[in-house]
Amino acid sequence: MNGLLISCILIPMLTAVASYVCPGSSRIRGAISVAGSALLLALASLLLFQVAANGPMANQMGGWQAPMGITLIADMLSAMLIVVTAIVAICVNIYAMGDISEERIAGGFFTFMNMLIAGVVGAFLTGDLFNLYVWFEVMLISSFALLVLGGDKMQLDGAVKYVAINLISTVLLLAAIGLLYGLTGTLNMADLSVRVPQVDNQGLVAVVAVLFLIAFGIKAAVFPLYFWLPASYHTLPISVTAVFAALMTKVGIYALMRTFTLIFPGEHSAINATLLCAGLITMVLGVFGAMTHSDIRRILAFHVIGSIGFMLLGLGLGSALAMGAAIFYMVHGILIKALLFMIAGIIGKLGGSFELSRLGGLYQERPGFSMVFLVAALSLIGIPPLSGFWAKVLIIDAGLHHDASIVIAFVVLVSLLGFIPLIRIWSEAFWKARPLDAEAPTLPSTDASATTADAMAAKAPAPTSNDPNESRATRVVIKPAVPVTNNPTFYAWVPVLGLSLIMLGIGFLPAKIIDLSDIAAQSLMIPDKYIDTVLPVQANAYEAPKP
Amino acid sequence: MEILLSVLVGVLMSVSVWLMLSRNLVKFLFGLVLISNVANLIIFKVGGLTTGAPPLIVDGGSTQYANSLPQALVLTAIVIGFGLVSFTLVLALKAYQAIGTVNVEEMNLAEKRQDTEQSA
Repeated sequence: MNGLLISCILIPMLTAVASYVCPGSSRIRGAISVAGSALLLALASLLLFQVAANGPMANQMGGWQAPMGITLIADMLSAMLIVVTAIVAICVNIYAMGDISEERIAGGFFTFMNMLIAGVVGAFLTGDLFNLYVWFEVMLISSFALLVLGGDKMQLDGAVKYVAINLISTVLLLAAIGLLYGLTGTLNMADLSVRVPQVDNQGLVAVVAVLFLIAFGIKAAVFPLYFWLPASYHTLPISVTAVFAALMTKVGIYALMRTFTLIFPGEHSAINATLLCAGLITMVLGVFGAMTHSDIRRILAFHVIGSIGFMLLGLGLGSALAMGAAIFYMVHGILIKALLFMIAGIIGKLGGSFELSRLGGLYQERPGFSMVFLVAALSLIGIPPLSGFWAKVLIIDAGLHHDASIVIAFVVLVSLLGFIPLIRIWSEAFWKARPLDAEAPTLPSTDASATTADAMAAKAPAPTSNDPNESRATRVVIKPAVPVTNNPTFYAWVPVLGLSLIMLGIGFLPAKIIDLSDIAAQSLMIPDKYIDTVLPVQANAYEAPKP
Repeated sequence: MEILLSVLVGVLMSVSVWLMLSRNLVKFLFGLVLISNVANLIIFKVGGLTTGAPPLIVDGGSTQYANSLPQALVLTAIVIGFGLVSFTLVLALKAYQAIGTVNVEEMNLAEKRQDTEQSA
């Protein structure tokens, strides 16, 4: 099955091309995109089965043996994450068909979305550090395009911050890769794992490790480096936010996991302590941030940051048990974030706003949908039969094994605090009566564009804003806000219900995924098999010329 | 030569950090252009400098050869960096046209909204 690994990358790429060149309507483009993602899911599941049966699978590109050529390798962690990525891709692509405006689709929305998926899958699969950088760039440039597609003022404002900080992270990553190459003479991750301990100048290795920590920390939105995330995520259409929140930060976490288990394993205990502290602070600040905001999208964006903290805890504790917990949390986190943002999109459509004070009465109008939100929210917090519970129990369990009482205390505390913002969403958007001044709810046109487009099509008269706030009023003049009470379409319900079922499934039958996470964690902590798969010839027999 | 290059990397890095700390988006962009070239120079430098030797040799050619991998890496990084920088320049232009300022302190539409709505 040599072609399996590369086809996991090629399929989204080809889908991207096909969805751009195809002459048909936006609906056809969307259908191509969904079909491509479904194919990716099929391939990824096949990959997962193969890896589960035979251990890590490697493939040398261009016939150059590692460490000379570029290696693609799938171990359990990569395979699991690609499956999850494919699930998110399907859901978001379906959701986007109902959410993204015609102009944005004509501007290449599905193309960039699929290139983004290709970049994510490539980053998960590559076994070469420089290649990882290249996949990060593929991902980054697609995300830039998605960020500015449509070109609202707010969007551009958020994009400037996102682009600036991510470019700095890219430069740091590149410098770190260069320095590491100078120290070891190789870029193959398995080969690096053998060679880094042999380097004389371990002080410089630590410096390089810190550079990687900062570069990936920015991507993952870790504590002092997360400010770009809440500045930009809420300015985007919901489909884009969902895929960003689900995948982008998690790729950073994946890269951290990979580099700090394979290339710079445990002996740099200072780094593990740093990760642990950063994780704790990220968690707390994430949940505090979520409490202070009243825009559903911003609340959820801060919850993304909070969940990054939980994953870092697993990495920081540094045992196989903790790593397994972090991996399970990652699978849970990716799916639940995509689900919650899509639900937020539906709330926005039903209520006409994302602002809690302008929402209300959804429980009365839509009891069924309220239950979907409730399940997702409780799952995020970790109420027993749902998936978040298992994720948190696993982390607490790992904390118990390490006698890390502070970790346990923080996990429990943050979980409790995490309740507050979600209860606020529940009581404000669902429970309370619809506020009176929201009789003709207005949505700034910077929000979900499809609603704008739909309403434009309906030739709805732009209402003069009844908001006393001046800055809002001026913005309304520039780009008229439009009344929206349109019902979410079939395209919005299918992915939301599908993902909810998956989350329920994980909640009630977590054993299989916990097992897989533990296998993945084992292979991360003891990477012998990974190294042997990449370097079939004994790694030590090969002498790289020192540059 | 290596020392000269290292000093150059240091100087360029400090200049670009200084530029990027500016509140002016244009200055920030200049810093970004510089720093991405600094990273390229770092790769080039740590790959080892070889004077007057080709990276690719033919059979029976010179026995001296330069390490070709850093050159390939730098080339890739330059291409990617070029794409990113040109994107960022266009983004900055669009942002300037839409928002009407290059002062990043005043570029707070996305987050100001929250405060004003809370105070309202």
